Amino acid sequence: MIIYWQIFLAFFIPAIVGYGGGPAFIPLIRNEVVNTYGWITLEKFAELLAIANSLPGPIATKIGGYIGYQMGGVMGVVVALFALIAPSLLAMLFLLGLLNKFKDSPRVKVMTGLIRPTIAILLGVLAYEFFFRSWVSIGSFHTALLILLSFLLLERWKIHPVYVIVGSLFYGAFLIA
Amino acid sequence: MNLNLQKDIFLGFFRAGMLGYGGGPSSIPLVHTEVVKKYKWMTDEEFSDVLALGNSLPGPIITKMGGYIGYRVGGVIGLLNAVLATVLPTVFIMIGLIGTLSRFQDSPVIKGMTQAVAPVVGVMLFSLAYSFAKKAKFDLGWTVTLTLSIFSLIFYQFMNIHPGFIIGVLLLYGLLGGKVKVFTEKEKE
Repeated sequence: MIIYWQIFLAFFIPAIVGYGGGPAFIPLIRNEVVNTYGWITLEKFAELLAIANSLPGPIATKIGGYIGYQMGGVMGVVVALFALIAPSLLAMLFLLGLLNKFKDSPRVKVMTGLIRPTIAILLGVLAYEFFFRSWVSIGSFHTALLILLSFLLLERWKIHPVYVIVGSLFYGAFLIA
Repeated sequence: MNLNLQKDIFLGFFRAGMLGYGGGPSSIPLVHTEVVKKYKWMTDEEFSDVLALGNSLPGPIITKMGGYIGYRVGGVIGLLNAVLATVLPTVFIMIGLIGTLSRFQDSPVIKGMTQAVAPVVGVMLFSLAYSFAKKAKFDLGWTVTLTLSIFSLIFYQFMNIHPGFIIGVLLLYGLLGGKVKVFTEKEKE
């Protein structure tokens, strides 16, 4: 029983102190599972992270699910994922519920209007980080070509992102590797 | 329970999760594609509110968005459905295929694939940013939009202030009755 409580705490604490999405609180998770509980060595954690990074989807839940399973079986997965996801999701439901209730009030209109430029900047910076990372790892030629091709496919010819992403995976497998 | 709706919720978030290479944030434009463009469960405005609040709370971003949108569209079952569709497939892959994965982890083919996706994700994030900026200009006019954008960029990128804090301050300003002209639909015409 105690192991489930420990799994809960190991992922609950990083999830409520960790701001900035999954990647930002990986070091916090590492601290819990490597230092506090000693479930896994630092080397093994680094390997786990590398594998998680090569798969799609949110990072923290992949790490949490895997370690939860190792330490507590299926129930451990449930506990780890719950600890990671539920607290902030409940807060989200509560806050958006409030916002929706008062959505016709002029103050709420001002509130939601004001944050829009910040959101645009945030997404713009994220985009820049992806471009930059790509430029560092595969150079300017591949980066520019992939940007140009995906822009044309997505924005000009309105191809669904599924096909464009799968296409880029093939590009990577055959032309970059 | 509307089975067709739940199937759509599952498929939408499954696609967004399985195609988001590079962590949660890379799934944001994919969730936008599914939720706003494909299924039309939300307007751009609502989506940007969800994104803003998601950013100002701790924890993984994509499960917060998925859970909330799933709940709005399909109740408690929709919430569970969306969260599980986002998270479980890759957790299963992780647990079931860890042996195989660690053998291929250094393979140049896998590396090339993940590297080639990054610019595509960048383009999707950029066009989402552009569409929000355009909308902001529509609602707030050029002056306010540009001022807020420049200050956000300085605070966030150059002073390393957490975006949750910037969004919190703006929300508080609005809540306390701060004055900003928000153009209504009629005035825009």
